Amino acid sequence: MELVCPAGNLPSLKAAVDNGADAVYIGFRDETNARHFAGLNFDSKQIVQGLAYADARSTKIYIAINTYPQPRTFAKWQAAVDQAAEYGADALIVADIGVMDYAANKWPSLRLHLSVQGSATSHEAVRFYAEQFGVRRAVAPRVLSVKQVASLIDHSPIPIEVFGFGSLCVMVEGRCYLSSFVTGQGPNTFGACSPASFVRWSETDSNLETRLNGVLIDRVNKDEKAGYPTICKGRFLVNGETRYAIEEPTSLNTLPILPELYRIGVAAIKIEGRQRSPAYVAKVTRVLRAAIDSCKRDPDNFVPDQAWLSALSSVSEGAQTTLGAYERQWQ
Amino acid sequence: MSSVPASSYLRLSLGPIQYHWAREEMLDFYRLIESTPVDIVYLGETICSKRRSFRHRDWIDVAERLAASGKEVVLSTLALLEADSELGYVRKLCNNGTFAVEANDMSAVQMLAGKTSFIGGPSLNIYNSATLRKLVNLGLTRWVMPVELSKDVLADIRIEIPAQIESEIFAWGKLPLAYSARCYTARAHDVSKDACAYCCSDYPDGLMMSTREDEKFLTINGIQTQSARIYNLIGELDERDSSADILRISPQSKGTEQVISLFDKVRNRALRAPNATNELKSYAKSGFCNGYWHGEAGMSFSDRSDRP
Repeated sequence: MELVCPAGNLPSLKAAVDNGADAVYIGFRDETNARHFAGLNFDSKQIVQGLAYADARSTKIYIAINTYPQPRTFAKWQAAVDQAAEYGADALIVADIGVMDYAANKWPSLRLHLSVQGSATSHEAVRFYAEQFGVRRAVAPRVLSVKQVASLIDHSPIPIEVFGFGSLCVMVEGRCYLSSFVTGQGPNTFGACSPASFVRWSETDSNLETRLNGVLIDRVNKDEKAGYPTICKGRFLVNGETRYAIEEPTSLNTLPILPELYRIGVAAIKIEGRQRSPAYVAKVTRVLRAAIDSCKRDPDNFVPDQAWLSALSSVSEGAQTTLGAYERQWQ
Repeated sequence: MSSVPASSYLRLSLGPIQYHWAREEMLDFYRLIESTPVDIVYLGETICSKRRSFRHRDWIDVAERLAASGKEVVLSTLALLEADSELGYVRKLCNNGTFAVEANDMSAVQMLAGKTSFIGGPSLNIYNSATLRKLVNLGLTRWVMPVELSKDVLADIRIEIPAQIESEIFAWGKLPLAYSARCYTARAHDVSKDACAYCCSDYPDGLMMSTREDEKFLTINGIQTQSARIYNLIGELDERDSSADILRISPQSKGTEQVISLFDKVRNRALRAPNATNELKSYAKSGFCNGYWHGEAGMSFSDRSDRP
């Protein structure tokens, strides 16, 4: 079970490598990847440095080119594929069929992983990408229960990677337009959910309001902490009641079910958070490394260490965690 | 003079019912549709496999009746697959042998590819012509553009794909915006999906989700999230030089036949779009949106139908 860690810059990449990542995933500094935030990601010089640093320590580098180009911008995604291949990335994480087709034809020996943005939730969908483009691993969207992940792994022609920790997309990745509905820019087309340029924080006499392109996402008392206004974590009126209609501010944490994920044959555990700090990457990588090692040694008697859980909680949204869809009750 | 090719005539389609309606209501609805001027009808449960107002046999019965009344009938597959039983039903639809299939997820594409020609539904991620051409090579004959794409993207894609490939656009209805493992209707009732007791049947047009300033924002429809406003492209019908072959109307519990009739009148130049827009207001209580079509935020609306 491989540990795949996020890096939005060179210090984060080094933190992941130094703290026990088996692989680090990164992206270019543009909308070709799903963490297209100002000041984040790698230019060509940093990619070369990152690859050298990781390679010297036997850590793999995966490059995410996992958004959906449109006709007028398609060439930019092709150039990203060419660059990643020329730099010697260990794998590309891809979502768009046109991009995959290009990569598979132009760079037949380049390893392709299906991004979570590819929305493959069944073994037949995974089989499509494996047969058509030689995809060698698929990342499962965060919508399946543990039992369903087990069935997916049993029938899939290629290994399956799952999310182990980090911010929780509640919607099927690659099929959520909420951000573009409100702002015109979303994960599929722009590589970002709720882009910062549309976020407004405003204070009233007793409240703090968060808005996305003018739409009120949440309102808290001044002494409460206001979360980042992603639409799915806001409070809204449903049947006359104000509530977190979709999900509370919370993060995914799979430590409690790590032995199950190991037993059903999950090939890799992914940590979310390329937009987070090097300190986050270091802390979460260290915890997951220790947990995976402990689980592999003795899965039957694995108990998550209290210090690990509090470390993860301290970097979670709303300081709380959930098993998300892995647990049926959550659904 | 040669006659106008059939494909240049704008066709109207009726999308699958997105909500959970009772069996009798569905039977009545499709009986009514038989005599409307809609050309194509998409049938099937695309949102939640727990909904069983109709069994497979019921869908086929309705499909046969609609086909006998002159409609082109297409069976639509579930958009989000999680359980093996769901995969089994998608396989059954793909192998039905009589009616065309709209693939709403890549599992269905995999089952159809290279075997039967198929239609790519609006929840397939087709964002560029390279993707579309690949799917055409595997048997796709028609695609429904993802709703977040604009008329410019449609035009760009159309010039790069074979002319016989039909392009369909979502033109009327609450926009499908997201899918999840979680059922938000059940959540609004403080129960989990497994204990839902079919509470979504209380909301024949979905459950309104407003902001705390009472702005009608989204619609909860089980595991699907939709817009609160009606996406309405009737105002664009007057200028459709590089536009679609087929316009899709999404069913709602009241007034679908009137909506179809107004779209029909506008396509036949029997009514001008601004007049139709006025009449359509009574079927869109939360208002209209059309931002995606213009490359803007989806929820925005600009009324361009009254330009000279």
